[in-house]
Amino acid sequence: MDRMYLRRARNLVMSVMCMASAVVVIIPLVMILFYVAADGLRAINWGFFTNLPKPVGETGGGMANAIAGTFTMVTLATGLSLPVGLMAGIYLSEFGRGRLREAVRFLTDVLNGVPSIITGIFVYVLVVVAMGRYSALAGSVALGIIMIPIITRSTEEMLRMVPKSLREASLALGATEQQTVVKIVLRSASGGIVTGVMLAVARAAGETAPVLFTALNNRYWNQGLDQPIASLAVFIYTYGISPFEDWHSQAWGAALVLVVMVLFLNITARLVVRARQGR
Amino acid sequence: MLHGMKVRDLNAWYNDNHVLKNINLHLMGGKITALIGPSGCGKSTFIRCLNRMHEVIRGGRVRGEVWLEGENIYGRRVDAVMIRRRIGMVFQKPNPFPTMSILENAVSGVCLHESLNTNGLAERAEEALRQAALWEEVKYRLDDPAVSLSGGQQQRLCIARALAVKPEVLLMDEPCSALDPASTLRIEELMAELKKTYTVIIVTHNMQQAARVADHTAFVYQGEVVEDGPTSEIFTAPKDPRTEGYITGRFG
Ligand SMILES: Nc1ncnc2c1ncn2[C@@H]1O[C@H](COP(=O)(O)OP(=O)(O)OP(=O)(O)O)[C@@H](O)[C@H]1O
Ligand SMILES: [Mg+2]
Repeated sequence: MDRMYLRRARNLVMSVMCMASAVVVIIPLVMILFYVAADGLRAINWGFFTNLPKPVGETGGGMANAIAGTFTMVTLATGLSLPVGLMAGIYLSEFGRGRLREAVRFLTDVLNGVPSIITGIFVYVLVVVAMGRYSALAGSVALGIIMIPIITRSTEEMLRMVPKSLREASLALGATEQQTVVKIVLRSASGGIVTGVMLAVARAAGETAPVLFTALNNRYWNQGLDQPIASLAVFIYTYGISPFEDWHSQAWGAALVLVVMVLFLNITARLVVRARQGR
Repeated sequence: MLHGMKVRDLNAWYNDNHVLKNINLHLMGGKITALIGPSGCGKSTFIRCLNRMHEVIRGGRVRGEVWLEGENIYGRRVDAVMIRRRIGMVFQKPNPFPTMSILENAVSGVCLHESLNTNGLAERAEEALRQAALWEEVKYRLDDPAVSLSGGQQQRLCIARALAVKPEVLLMDEPCSALDPASTLRIEELMAELKKTYTVIIVTHNMQQAARVADHTAFVYQGEVVEDGPTSEIFTAPKDPRTEGYITGRFG
């Protein structure tokens, strides 16, 4: 009898602790969303999305160019990193053997651990100095380099989770290895892979330091991929550290837009995957 | 006349573990051959050697000959992929493709090898699902996900998927071990039907099942075929004491 009560008590303590930890995990998220929404909503109006920033001293103005800039750079960075990351992930999980695979996996982890500001400096030296100016392209390259290891490792993990029995079923039907990877393994893992890509996109959209080193900023519309470009993250940074009250408020507005953008992307991607799989 | 298979001096390894030793066996065309034997004796390994699935496993190695209609499937110029199209396989655990619908599963193999239009595919799916005795149960829900079926239905879907490719031989590795008696019965009835058009080879732990469905039975023990012959003889008058020991339940 005693042992049963003891066991029950232990069970209870354990579940309460786990539940408490789960709450601790989501508290920061809820608070971030709450603060960003509360302060951000006040700054947001239609002009915020359509206007360029106003010079110091004038009120109003918006961040249309920063939204477009983040969108441009993240799209370009995804275009650069997605094929590489995806194929590297497929290599690690499906085709890699022995030492080379271990080396690639290790280096991917190292790349993942490189502080993003270092990546920014690297791209600065490699692209900005070479081109002679800050540019959207350089910013995209920096963001792409940050995204590659995230996509690679999440793709690998997701592909490895596809059970061996499915691969064997496919091979036994007379599928080649390539057909098996593309039609069965990738398709079965598509949900997880998309989630991984979304994580990478969210990460890239929020990166500030590497963008400051590569794309700099722009108070006007971007004039081409070889020119400096504005971005939400840098907008938040510069407005946030400014001494002006209404700029602070606009920084909150930009933060809200960034959060909503990432959230929106995430949800659409999941819906797309679900719709495709539900067929 | 349906093609049988002739196995000659077949050996198989997992790395250095020599699990099949000099197997010689004639698998007769248009008949059901059952492979029986204690757990770990090499039945699954053997059946996987018959459609070159053994070499898919890391460390898997094969030496010997397996003849199908005058062609050694381990011949130097033979493409394993082509062989697997001619020799279908059903696994122990039902393994339909979870992201595909019932219909897509049924034609998943066909889509790999032939370019049929939607109508052609639908016809092929119906034909295969009828052969697998599943059509009546799924004809109104072909677009549902395959995983929404019961285990027994999933296994019949896997049989349909293999049949849709129109193979010459069908290999089944304990196809009923995950199923209830009713589903098992359905699949046994199905096998009796299938042997009119296919050469069927089945691994089973269930000796009543072997006795019920198989024309021919081979007893595998420690990586060797100890004895093979007509099922009735194996079960009533085994020649080897090890076979007798196994079927009378003294070991295994
Ligand atoms: N993937 C593998 N890697 C290494 N050894 C293996 C592997 N699969 C099987 N073996 C070994 O090969 C031998 C034969 O295994 P196999 O699966 O063919 O037996 P089986 O007769 O099908 O047994 P069961 O009736 O339990 O399914 C066993 O000794 C097993 O340990
Ligand atoms: Mg087995």
